[in-house]
Amino acid sequence: MENTAVAHGKIEDRERLENVSFGMWLFLASEVMFFTAFFGMYIVLRNAHPEIAQSREELSRIMGCINTLILITSSFTMVLAVNASKVGDRKALVRNLLITILLACGFLVVKGFEYGHKFSMGHFPSTNLFFACYYLLTGFHGLHVIAGIMVLTSLLIRSAKGDFTATYNSPIEMTGLYWHFVDLVWIFLFPALYLI
Amino acid sequence: MEQHAHQKHGASAGVYAMVFAALLALTVVTVGLSYVNLTHTGNIIAALIVATFKALLVALFFMHLKYEGRLLRFTAIFPLILFCIMIGALILDIVIFLKPH
Repeated sequence: MENTAVAHGKIEDRERLENVSFGMWLFLASEVMFFTAFFGMYIVLRNAHPEIAQSREELSRIMGCINTLILITSSFTMVLAVNASKVGDRKALVRNLLITILLACGFLVVKGFEYGHKFSMGHFPSTNLFFACYYLLTGFHGLHVIAGIMVLTSLLIRSAKGDFTATYNSPIEMTGLYWHFVDLVWIFLFPALYLI
Repeated sequence: MEQHAHQKHGASAGVYAMVFAALLALTVVTVGLSYVNLTHTGNIIAALIVATFKALLVALFFMHLKYEGRLLRFTAIFPLILFCIMIGALILDIVIFLKPH
C-alpha cells in the first residue's frame, strides 16, 4: 500500500483518503442509529414512568463530569496524534496515542468505580427501568470504548515500529473519527442520564 | 491546488487548542446549568443546546467536517436527520398519546 501511494502521487492519496473516510462515516452513521434506538427507548420509558427519575439522584454528577473531561481530553490528544502522523512525527504520534489510550483506560476505571458503588448499593439493571436504561446505555458506550482501546493499542504498536508515514496514515485518522464519535455519544449520554 | 491541499490539512494547532478549551468550558457550563432550576423542560432544552454546541465543535473541527467536501458532509448529516425524525416522532407520540399516570 505504501509503495502504491508513493508511485501514484498525491491526487490518488487524497481520493483514497476520501474513500476511506466515506467508508468510516458510513459505519459511524450506522452507529448513530444504533445509539438513537437506545436514546429513544430511554426517552419513552422515562416519560411513561416519571417516578424512575428519582433514581437519577444515585448517579454522581462529579464522576460523570470527570469522565466527560477525560474523554474530551482524549479526543484532543487523538487530534494531536493525527496531526503528528500527517507530518511524519513518529515520537509525537506514539506519545499522543499512548496518552489517548491511558485516558480511555482512566474513563473505564472511573466507570468501574461507579458500577461497583452502585452494585454495592444494590442497584442492578433489574432494579428499575432507569437503571436498566443506565446500564444499557453506558454499557454499550463502554464496549465501544473498549473496542477503541484495542484498535488504538494495535495502532500504537504499529506506530512504534514506524509503519506510518506522512503519506500513509489513514488508519490513524479513521480511528480518530471513531474515537471522536465515542466522545460525541458521551457528550449526549452525560446530560441525558446524569443531569436532566 | 495549494489552497485545496491546505484545506484538506485542516485547522492549525492553535485552533484545535481553542476548541479543546471551549469544550472543557462548556462541560463546566453543562454541569453548572444542571444545578439551576429552569423548570424541567427548560433544563432539558438548555442541556440539549449546550450538548449540541459541543457536538458541533467536535464534529466540525476534531472530525474535520468543516474542511471536507459535500460527500462527507452529507454522509455525516444524513444520520442526524434520521435521528431527529426518530426522536421527534417518539416525543410527539409521548406528548399526544401518553396518558399521565
